[in-house]
Amino acid sequence: MKRAARLFRRRMLSSIPVLILVVVGTFLLIDNASGDAADAYLLAIGGGDAGYAEALRQDYGLDRPVWVRLGFYAWNLVHLDLGRSVTLNRPILDVILERLPVTLWLMGSAVALSFVLGSLLGIVAGARPGSGTDKALSVGSLALYSVPSFWLGLVLSVVFAVQLRWFPVSGIETIASGKTGLSRVGDVARHLVLPVASLAILYLALFLRLMRAGMAEVWRQDFVLAARARGVPRGRIVLRHVARNALLPLVTMLGLQAAGMLGGSVVIESVFGIPGFGRLAAEAVSGRDAPLLMGIILTSAVLVILVNLAVDMTYAALDPRVGASDAA
Amino acid sequence: MSVAARFARSPEGVAGLLLLALLASGALLAPLLFPGDPLSIVGRPLLAPFQQAGLPLGTDRLGRDVMAELFHGARASLIVGVSAAAVAILAGALVGTVAGFGGGMIDEALMRVVDAFQIVPGFLLALAFVSTIGPSLGVVVVAIALGAWTGPARLARAEVLSIRERDFVASARVLGMHPLEIALKEVLPLAMPPVLALTSVIVAGAVLTEAALSFLGLGDPNIVTWGTMIAEGRNVLRTAAWLSIVPGLGLVALVLGVYLFGEGLVEALSRREGQG
Repeated sequence: MKRAARLFRRRMLSSIPVLILVVVGTFLLIDNASGDAADAYLLAIGGGDAGYAEALRQDYGLDRPVWVRLGFYAWNLVHLDLGRSVTLNRPILDVILERLPVTLWLMGSAVALSFVLGSLLGIVAGARPGSGTDKALSVGSLALYSVPSFWLGLVLSVVFAVQLRWFPVSGIETIASGKTGLSRVGDVARHLVLPVASLAILYLALFLRLMRAGMAEVWRQDFVLAARARGVPRGRIVLRHVARNALLPLVTMLGLQAAGMLGGSVVIESVFGIPGFGRLAAEAVSGRDAPLLMGIILTSAVLVILVNLAVDMTYAALDPRVGASDAA
Repeated sequence: MSVAARFARSPEGVAGLLLLALLASGALLAPLLFPGDPLSIVGRPLLAPFQQAGLPLGTDRLGRDVMAELFHGARASLIVGVSAAAVAILAGALVGTVAGFGGGMIDEALMRVVDAFQIVPGFLLALAFVSTIGPSLGVVVVAIALGAWTGPARLARAEVLSIRERDFVASARVLGMHPLEIALKEVLPLAMPPVLALTSVIVAGAVLTEAALSFLGLGDPNIVTWGTMIAEGRNVLRTAAWLSIVPGLGLVALVLGVYLFGEGLVEALSRREGQG
């Protein structure tokens, strides 16, 4: 346990300078935008004269130099205050925390589903590298991996929602249905089937390919040869020796893909009209809501750090060598 | 056996090459086959495919020729995909080389920057970049490269770390060459091959990111892209689904072609290494 705690502390400390870089970088980028919060507000209320715009700028502190504003922003961040959204006129942290659970559910179920199915199919493909099954699964997964997620979502909704009417076209639950308890859970689940499926199909291809590649690598190692020489049955070699050793890199990939998955949620949630974190990003962009966009980018950076931390911890638990040699 | 001959024996590679050749010639011939602005109105709106001789794929919601849009869209996808990958690989290789060769504080600082770019979702960064600076082809290219240069940077750094210990680097120092000159002229070219192996993955990712950006309405509004076509068709998804489906098939073909070609190439190159 001491080993894990040490690893945890070291990772936390090393992520602080990286987060500071992200804060400064995104602040300077977004500050560069033409049009500021005062413009956005004036646009929202239907316009105003130049004097009012100037007064608003003073009010918002937009007339101060950029470094002073960055300082204020950072000071507020330390107190977990991400500022107020211009378009929604609400504290940004509240909005993000409200939208995040849906996205985490969506991502979580898609990843869980694709991880299980993908690694199973990967084992089937990697059991005999170079066989017909392997070739077919490899090419098939490559083809799936080439499909844009938003287009897959549209095609699935044309077939299953518009033509067959099995699932709803968009949204997270039936509006004003008055459903409570289990029937509401079922309603939400029905709305999530198609978005989860479109994401899971893409990740499935990724995990399948990784598992297959990992197994092809392990087959070449000496201990597999030794197991075969001992007369261990083939099925047992595939599952207990090869697949087991090929599974670890998949856990790492989970951490590496976290950022990509959060980015992918933007389009999928826009396609299916799911009011989640990704859709919020699209709304922030179309509403020119700079503070909101900034808050979204920072939150996703923190999320990615947390996922990677969790992956590292899992890794340390699975592999006793990890973190053992690190000095405190 | 030459690399080309080995490449020709891999069915995946050849299939990829054919797909890419087909799409690239379509993109190159687009101005000849469909001269004029593909965004101009040519017929009545929402004409179904195979109804009118001159308009084999019909027309979209505004009466524009879908076939012409498809050909011109291939241009945008290819240009953005290839140039974003080129920018990402060059920038990544440069940063990685400087970090690996410089060592010490330079290395530490540059790698923290790489970390920072890696924890921000590339697509969100691209969204923020395009929406603050404004949608044009060049901005979209840079925005996509911003999310893709960290992989090449890490790989180049790892390569440089092993190359810089070799004797020829020491002799270049003795000769009195400037460290930057050694890094860029002597070390960087040797570090490139493994970095270039990332090309197909980066090009494919760039094509998909560009499509997603223009699907969300952040593409260059004066250029037809497959992403905008899909977004346009989405408005009439119930009645004219082909308007969204056809450009999507183009995207799948392009990305699959890039992956297959890259896989065949890497295989052909690695077999040579295996044979010594």
